Amino acid sequence: MTTGSKARGAGGRAARDRRDGARPDLTRAEPSSAPSAPRSADRRARLRRDWPLLVMAAPMVVLVTAFWWVPTLGNVIALQDYNPYSGGILGSPIIGFTNFAQLLGDPQFGHAVVNTLGITAFQLVFYFPVPIALALLLNSIMSPRLRAFVQGVVYLPHFFSWVLVVAIFQQMLGGAGLLAQILREHGHEGVDIMTHSETFILLVTSQTVWKDAGWGSIVFLAALSTIDPHLYEAAAVDGAGRWRRMWHVTLPGLRPVIVLLLILRLGDALNVGFEQFMLQRSAVGSAVSEVFDTFAYYSGLRTGDFGYGAAAGLFKGLVGLILILVANRVAHSLGERGVYSK
Amino acid sequence: MSAIARKPGRAPWEEPGSLAGRLGKGGTIVVVLLLVLFPLYTILLTSLSSSKTVNEAGGLVLVPDGITFDAYRQIFSDTVVSHAILVSTGVTVVGTAFSLGVSVLGAYGLSRPGSFLHRPLLFSVLLMFVFFPGLIPTYLLVASLGLKNDYLSLILPSAVSAFNIVVLRAFFMNIPHELLDSARIDGAGEFRILWRIVLPLSKAVTAVIALFYAVGYWNAWFNAMLYLDDSAKWPLALVLREYVVNAAALPAGTAGVAYGQAAPPTLAIKMAIVMVAVVPALIIYPFVQRHFTKGVIIGAIKG
Repeated sequence: MTTGSKARGAGGRAARDRRDGARPDLTRAEPSSAPSAPRSADRRARLRRDWPLLVMAAPMVVLVTAFWWVPTLGNVIALQDYNPYSGGILGSPIIGFTNFAQLLGDPQFGHAVVNTLGITAFQLVFYFPVPIALALLLNSIMSPRLRAFVQGVVYLPHFFSWVLVVAIFQQMLGGAGLLAQILREHGHEGVDIMTHSETFILLVTSQTVWKDAGWGSIVFLAALSTIDPHLYEAAAVDGAGRWRRMWHVTLPGLRPVIVLLLILRLGDALNVGFEQFMLQRSAVGSAVSEVFDTFAYYSGLRTGDFGYGAAAGLFKGLVGLILILVANRVAHSLGERGVYSK
Repeated sequence: MSAIARKPGRAPWEEPGSLAGRLGKGGTIVVVLLLVLFPLYTILLTSLSSSKTVNEAGGLVLVPDGITFDAYRQIFSDTVVSHAILVSTGVTVVGTAFSLGVSVLGAYGLSRPGSFLHRPLLFSVLLMFVFFPGLIPTYLLVASLGLKNDYLSLILPSAVSAFNIVVLRAFFMNIPHELLDSARIDGAGEFRILWRIVLPLSKAVTAVIALFYAVGYWNAWFNAMLYLDDSAKWPLALVLREYVVNAAALPAGTAGVAYGQAAPPTLAIKMAIVMVAVVPALIIYPFVQRHFTKGVIIGAIKG
């Protein structure tokens, strides 16, 4: 979620501080800033002043409560032998960490762990650099009109659903697809890349590149625009050619963003495309396509073993939370703003 | 963001590119464009071809040989697909309006640090970034609310996105407060300030957020698969999955009229369904595209 060079982040912070300082009456968060006023009177005054804001926020708060807090707390069924028909959440017996112990011994869950980590690592190497390269390419297009056109085209697939992306890949690379069709016309065997379990990791990575590399380049393009053009000029005067300038000016300028996005990927490591895997699971088999969310769906929801599936979901949620906190801590220690400040 | 648009033309100190370098760059750009556009081209062309042309090509059509709208005529007269288009359109329109309304109001309500309950409310929204409650508790909740087989189940569970709220809020917070203060002195209430001052100043970002929500609703199929047991109620994305990805025939007769005796649809019809799923994004997209950077970058920096 977060990007921007150090300078940008700091600038945003400074701007907010200025804003806060300019309106002491409305923006003081801490009651301690007005030590003379009794706390309750202060609160009442603020409530009288701010109730329209609360009314405005109310629908959002209701939705967040109903569809975030309630299911989050509902995760207690991971500790239960949950049975929706006899007792539900209040009446089902509590069995402690049995579900979690069972998870660790489940080979299918092992597949989910291995696949998730493997695909994340693979995409870090083979997906992550693509938006950077694309941003450099886009940035080097001189004509603004051509640039806008190319940008428009490469951002577009981000707005296609995974169903569409998989359908399009199927039409190009599947058993009845274009590639197989052309091969057959030239007297070769047709191929069906969509069902090859050995090359599945390549397939999902190229789908991710096709769908999101263009969109991902926006952040790097913005970072490129903040690089001082005088640096390029100075480097050119000193005799640096195109490639030297890219190496000594452009890449150092992108470094903060690259570091930050790499860290953020760590926080997002468990969220490899759920829909993408769901859609192709039956084509390549579950051994290579099982990830955490598909496991929760097939081993929990489909079988009616709700407590077990919830345990898998909770495991993923908690590990993901820890990863985000760690990533954020690393970001802060590198002087970046991270996912959240404070 | 105007700073991103580089001045056209080459700086005086910049050396002219070598012929090989320029050819390489041009070639790369052409390849990138083709990777996106070529699949769309053949799919569009196939959807517009007669079954004779498709048979002669042995699959997807690469060279146009007469244009016919038969496939589109057939899917719009077929109740399953046309009903699915209606469902998707309805869910997208209602859902986007609802989500946008809730998000704009909520983001404005959270846009003033120091207001009553500001911190806990903001915190609970930000929590949505770091923890997803999980598939199964959400499913059980929707089921116990009696929303199964109800179109509301496609809207309510995914109605607010923390990312979109944070982007809107960051934008609202950047509006000069003198403007709001002077309106307040003139006696305007918060609702009037939002409607008359804040929203008109935030048209671009609101349009981008609306697009994000609309695309999300139009593309969603998983919630429908979870919550709608009755395939007659399915939205287009899920029909697309069944027809095209799974190459299944929808259960005949579920939507009143039997569909082709469960025969799998021909390639042209499949491709026509793909095009119908793509087209709304293609139509709205050019109007919103130039605002993307603003929306994405602000969200990123303030997130």
